[in-house]
Amino acid sequence: MKALVSVRNLTRIFDVSKPWLNRMIERKPKAMLTAVSDVSFDIPEREVYALVGESGSGKSTIGKMVVGLLTPSEGTVEIAGVDLARETDADKIETVRSDIQMIFQDPFASLNPRWKVRDIIAEPVAARGGDTAGLSEKLLEQVGLAAEDAGKFPHEFSGGQRQRICIARALASEPKLIVCDEPTSALDVSVQAQVLNLMSDLKDEFGLTYLFISHDLTVVRHMADKIGVLYLGRLVEEADPTTLFERPAHPYSQMLLAAAPKMDGFGREVVPPKGEIPDPINPPPGCAFNPRCPLAIPLCRQERPELRDVDGARVACHRAEEALARGRDANDA
Amino acid sequence: MSEPVLSVRNLVVEIPTRTGVLRPVDKVSYDISAGEILGVVGESGAGKSMTGNAVIGLLDPPARISGGEILLKGQRIDNLGREDLRKLRGKEIGMVFQDPLTSLNPLLRIGDQLTETMLAHLDITQDEARGRAIAALDEVGIPAAASRIDSYPHEFSGGMRQRVVIALALCAEPSLIIADEPTTALDVSVQAQIIALLKRLCRDRGTAVMLVTHDMGVIAEACDRVAVMYAGRLAELGTVRDVVQRPRHPYTDGLMGSTPLASRGQRRLRQIPGSMPRLGKLPDGCAFHPRCPKAEARCRAEPGPTLEADHGRAACWFPVEAAEVVS
Ligand SMILES: Nc1ncnc2c1ncn2[C@@H]1O[C@H](COP(=O)(O)OP(=O)(O)O)[C@@H](O)[C@H]1O
Ligand SMILES: Nc1ncnc2c1ncn2[C@@H]1O[C@H](COP(=O)(O)OP(=O)(O)O)[C@@H](O)[C@H]1O
Ligand code: SF4
Ligand SMILES: [Mg+2]
Ligand SMILES: [Mg+2]
Repeated sequence: MKALVSVRNLTRIFDVSKPWLNRMIERKPKAMLTAVSDVSFDIPEREVYALVGESGSGKSTIGKMVVGLLTPSEGTVEIAGVDLARETDADKIETVRSDIQMIFQDPFASLNPRWKVRDIIAEPVAARGGDTAGLSEKLLEQVGLAAEDAGKFPHEFSGGQRQRICIARALASEPKLIVCDEPTSALDVSVQAQVLNLMSDLKDEFGLTYLFISHDLTVVRHMADKIGVLYLGRLVEEADPTTLFERPAHPYSQMLLAAAPKMDGFGREVVPPKGEIPDPINPPPGCAFNPRCPLAIPLCRQERPELRDVDGARVACHRAEEALARGRDANDA
Repeated sequence: MSEPVLSVRNLVVEIPTRTGVLRPVDKVSYDISAGEILGVVGESGAGKSMTGNAVIGLLDPPARISGGEILLKGQRIDNLGREDLRKLRGKEIGMVFQDPLTSLNPLLRIGDQLTETMLAHLDITQDEARGRAIAALDEVGIPAAASRIDSYPHEFSGGMRQRVVIALALCAEPSLIIADEPTTALDVSVQAQIIALLKRLCRDRGTAVMLVTHDMGVIAEACDRVAVMYAGRLAELGTVRDVVQRPRHPYTDGLMGSTPLASRGQRRLRQIPGSMPRLGKLPDGCAFHPRCPKAEARCRAEPGPTLEADHGRAACWFPVEAAEVVS
């Protein structure tokens, strides 16, 4: 299948140095934070690609680079063959831009409180001089609200309803790709279920492609066709949900999955993960997970593992085969 | 069975407002025994925090207890004066909140906060207190406790700060801990560390724990029994296994169906229509009836039966039968 989104060697470095004068006085060097490091993946049309990882792992930074809100320090993002950061043809840029929309976690912050819902939803189309007559009313019904809601203000809605409004706005320009950054993380589970079901329905109806960002493994497992696991800005494993959840191959994925609460884990005694995520300004050399990894060998401290095919997944670990075998033994026990 | 550490009986909390009296906690009853973890689960606004705050006497006015009793080791504590309550809080009840910084003084070294609390409540010397503070930090998993004891709260990561708060909550050897969403702001791997720590400490010391969370997975893993709250009332109370695997209240059943964790493999999640009503706009009868697939005339007229601490499981006229549970 053709990839709608193609991300190659994507890297983003932030300059987090103190102001110049402080640095001179304290004799401190510049501090560079690598938020995303050499990440590559494809999203085929009409699929859901999920990025999962703990906070600070680089999920939002990747999402922003994919929609063009941030420029990559290195590497490329191509949407339908067009690299927004390098393309010079204004028409092409315009077409691709209108094919991409984004939904954020906080439906409160992303809606202008002084605008009526009608104007909020139609804005992406109005900005391009498109026809907005009846558009908001139609979209409101498509996301499970009422056409009359178009005349109301955001504060008249609950959190779940506001997220529906954000989804309606994202749909207004008939996009192909929607980047969803923690779209249900602020919602209660019963409302989350409504919004996730809506997103699945809309995807089928409009043939949408999602880049779905979440820290919640259960949500990701439910929604994704393919999952990329991030650790400290690096893609450490990529697999379909069944493969990832049934036989995670990267020691970090294994740790994360073991730590996640299980619905049938009554009285389960988890061996809690050891250590914490290291400082992204001074990441460990070699494999970034090596200080916490039970399988680390000297090579892991010297050489950064490349993503490679391992038993149906792509895994960045020198010892993925051993990790898989270890996971199997733990399951048998 | 021995006397419960905490007994809450028909607790009612009211908030007077211009448009009428709101009841964020309405006739709630439960017990927690020594060494037991009771989970309190429900969606935001259900009244979980209000219940916990009522027990520790930290309701923000104008909210106040207007009915029922709270007993700690058999003694009523809902009618204590301010000063007695303050002493009780430090000595008998430890608290852990979602944001560790609400429990820590940013201007004091963590060691000083620990020793101050111990000196206020235990009959020990300054040196003993410092020794015990180091031991406490060590016990909650702060690496190199002896050298970190003189650090300030901001010098720790979020997960480490929450460990310090747990050490602080436990240092006066309380009989009850109230933990309100202690891991909600933390990553999964840190959450697992904190939950494992709470479970271990509770078991080793026989502390009773009230664990407030909106996360059913955390409940399933950490708790012995669970109370499900909806719109200020107890919807269901039972052992965690019963409530998770054989929910009786249609709300609990719906909540389980909505959880992606529980219904894995299904293309669509089972969803409860609508959302929890606001307190000022509670429907008559059972507050859940407008969203309930089983509602009948009786549900629209009468609130479900009030749950007692020791019998009855679901506050519902037509509880879900085992055969009906889908997920
Ligand atoms: N504008 C910025 N300036 C400096 N550092 C940033 C900026 N945005 C993100 N970061 C850092 O980059 C890393 C990745 O952040 P982010 O992509 O937001 O992670 P996630 O969404 O997975 O939580 C973090 O360490 C974060 O602090
Ligand atoms: N000062 C107040 N005035 C009116 N309503 C309040 C006030 N404080 C809290 N509430 C309401 O009390 C209810 C219970 O809140 P809370 O116990 O914090 O819920 P939970 O912890 O379950 O999310 C909520 O519906 C909240 O809106
Ligand atoms: S590369 Fe080495 S340190 Fe990294 S996860 Fe694999 S075994 Fe562990
Ligand atoms: Mg983010
Ligand atoms: Mg609360």
